[in-house]
Amino acid sequence: MAKSENLNVSSASHHGGDDGHHDLEGMRVMGFWIFLITDFIMFGTLFATFIVLNDSTAGGPTGAELFEMPGIIAETFILLTSSFTSGLAVLAMNRGNRKALIGWLAVTVLLGLSFISLELTEFFTLVHEGANISTSAFWTAFYTLVGTHGLHVSIGLVWITAIMIQLARHGINPVTKRKVNIVSLYWHFLDVVWIFVLTIVYLMEVM
Amino acid sequence: MWDNIKEFASEFFVTGDPLIYGADVSIALTLIAVVTALTYFKKWTWLWKDWLTTVDHKKIGIMYVIASLLMLFRGGVDALLMRTQLAVPDAEFLSPEHYNQIFTTHGVIMILFMAMPLMFGLFNLVIPLQIGARDVAFPFLNSLSFWLFFFGAMLFNVSFVIGGSPDAGWLSYPPLSGKDFSPGVGQDFYIWGIQISGIGSLMTGINFIVTILKMRAPGMKLMKMPMFTWSVLSSCLTIILAFPILTITLALLFIDRYLGGHFFTLDSGGNPMMYINLIWMWGHPEVYIVILPAFGIFSEIVATFSKKRLFGYKSMVFALMAISITSFFTWAHHFFTMGTGANVNAFFAVTTMIIAIPTGVKVFNWLFTMYRGRLSFPTPMLWMLGFIPCFVVGGMTGVMLSVAPADFQFHNSYFLIAHFHQVLIGGVAFGYFAGLYYWWPKVFGFKLDEKLGKWAFWFWNIGFYVCFMPQYVLGLMGMTRRVSTYGWDKGWYDLNLVSTIGGFLMGIGFIFQVWQILHSIKFMKKAPADPWDGRTLEWSIPSPAPVYNFATIPRAEGKDWYWEEKQRIAQGLPPSPRPKLEPIHMPKNSGIPFIMSAFWFVAGFGLVFDWLWMAIPGFIGIVVCMLAHSFNYKTDYYIPVDEIKRTEAAAAGRGV
Repeated sequence: MAKSENLNVSSASHHGGDDGHHDLEGMRVMGFWIFLITDFIMFGTLFATFIVLNDSTAGGPTGAELFEMPGIIAETFILLTSSFTSGLAVLAMNRGNRKALIGWLAVTVLLGLSFISLELTEFFTLVHEGANISTSAFWTAFYTLVGTHGLHVSIGLVWITAIMIQLARHGINPVTKRKVNIVSLYWHFLDVVWIFVLTIVYLMEVM
Repeated sequence: MWDNIKEFASEFFVTGDPLIYGADVSIALTLIAVVTALTYFKKWTWLWKDWLTTVDHKKIGIMYVIASLLMLFRGGVDALLMRTQLAVPDAEFLSPEHYNQIFTTHGVIMILFMAMPLMFGLFNLVIPLQIGARDVAFPFLNSLSFWLFFFGAMLFNVSFVIGGSPDAGWLSYPPLSGKDFSPGVGQDFYIWGIQISGIGSLMTGINFIVTILKMRAPGMKLMKMPMFTWSVLSSCLTIILAFPILTITLALLFIDRYLGGHFFTLDSGGNPMMYINLIWMWGHPEVYIVILPAFGIFSEIVATFSKKRLFGYKSMVFALMAISITSFFTWAHHFFTMGTGANVNAFFAVTTMIIAIPTGVKVFNWLFTMYRGRLSFPTPMLWMLGFIPCFVVGGMTGVMLSVAPADFQFHNSYFLIAHFHQVLIGGVAFGYFAGLYYWWPKVFGFKLDEKLGKWAFWFWNIGFYVCFMPQYVLGLMGMTRRVSTYGWDKGWYDLNLVSTIGGFLMGIGFIFQVWQILHSIKFMKKAPADPWDGRTLEWSIPSPAPVYNFATIPRAEGKDWYWEEKQRIAQGLPPSPRPKLEPIHMPKNSGIPFIMSAFWFVAGFGLVFDWLWMAIPGFIGIVVCMLAHSFNYKTDYYIPVDEIKRTEAAAAGRGV
């Protein structure tokens, strides 16, 4: 739903001026951690709803009948790999290598895009097989939970792209560094959430 | 063509009620008056540059307070309309449909658009000054929070004349609030108005946690913070844990209504109870979110006007945190009667009773602070004294309600109504009024008239008891909430009439407050920097505070640093050394928060009426605003030392 953006109110240069306080970039990272906590609670609420409505298929199709596991496993590996490449991007940044940084971010975006397209394919197949969002409470919860994660990933793709452009313009400086750090935090967070989705939505359903 | 327009207008605008037509006319006239005045006095640029684009926490706080007082007026009018309808049996002042809309909007507006913004206003006005900071952690985000709240509140209020208000109660329980039983747009206004302002509240919570944890003056350890700062910290921690649940809950309701989902429907496996659990998982912490800062305000006031250090500092902090945590384990006491079973009810009954313990600790601490203090009784202290008995009685009836078997009798009766109004008016409203009176001189640089303030206080306080004490009895006599009328045979008429009189007494109290503010502006009495002989940092700088708050940041060691500093100076010791002046780093104003929130309004309005041609551009606008802000690297400036010196000298010359 609501996404607070990366928050920057400062310039790259603190030419020895007294901010009255400490490190602004550190504060922004802390603020983002707190945002992630709130996002975690949002997902937690959706998981709770999904678990409560797990058997409410109202005589319609169940998840076990329709889920195609090979595609889901592929999605999982793609997203995990993209998490790894975003980590490599941060390592490249810490080495001060702008080219490698932008390159790894680009790889991350491409992997994210293939994840999203696989997920959309899965959704279309499900709808085609007669399970859409208003089929039963179970499917409403399923689409809402998995779709919210997908929406987060899509927002992340736009966000990373914007940061790649900024890196090309400004190079690596304290501000862009903080932005890359925050977006990679976000990306790893989505990875963790996906592990929960995989476990609770898919594996527990088909096992 | 003409017929089409007429048909659209009759559905788009609320028609057929003289009260609403009156509101239409007054809204139109007010708008015309505002636009004319701004144009005539050439104030558009001033409005945009000084207020709409500001990132200064003090101005944002003032805007919060103004908005919330307007909402207090609207919610109060709702309340008086209801009391008028209930004053005599078989009244036909409001139709049942209209009555439903009014109690719904009264609840939503008073909690979410009055109490919350007034609270955020006080956060903004006080916290940075109290911890010795020059601004909040994220000034841009702070401005965005305010405008999201403002446009969310506007979206909700527009429903009154366009499309129809929500009418399913202030928490909109499904299935009543679902598409089957509420096919109109009222519920969608409810969802988007609250959703948009809720995002703002969540961001305010994050903002102030980081501000308090990271931006305190050197030397101010956590256990040396002023009590109001502690209360805000505990309140914000509660916000970040509770508000995400609200966001999701409203989103799920929206999916049900808009995409034909089945979360809370009666068919296809939906579970309406799920909604009620989720909404109260947010809703119960929410009422503690609004009361905790009021506790903090009372702690400040009681120490200042008793001229004593607050009694039991550590236990106060512990109590705040205990209340904050426990508030998450009591939500099911709102529906003991729903058949969740005896064990579940017992658990939630016990947790609810446990909350009374830290609250009691706080009340005794305030009393012990006053014990053998040198008391004085200006208006803030009066509200504090009015609060204690009121909140104690309200708390007692709360404990009565928490007894699950007894609750089968009390549930949804006027006994409950009286209880929560007692803790919300006697606790939250009195607390924020006290805070407003207390910090008013610091914010505006002039004092409020004490005499009119005392009139206002007594009308509010007496009116309160006259209004709500009869309602306890009415509840025990079987009068349930949300009934729009009743017959002579019930025997409820005399108490209801008394209650209505009390409601109007509180209305008179509010009029006195408005008069007091206008009177004080007209006969301006300049306030000194330290009008109350205060104890904390905010009183050590000029009133009103300069844009950078502190020319130099003091080393604030000790709980009541400013008080101790004054004592030291009185003994002839030199004042604490201050660092030398340096250029101050400040954030630049930005129009993006206002524009982005306006796009949120457009998107929300489009979704309410199912107009994708309006909603999609709205969301695109939001994304463009975010990117515009992300790509902007020139967002700050420095105030040079000469200018600081000039500002400080001017403040000293004004004798503040």
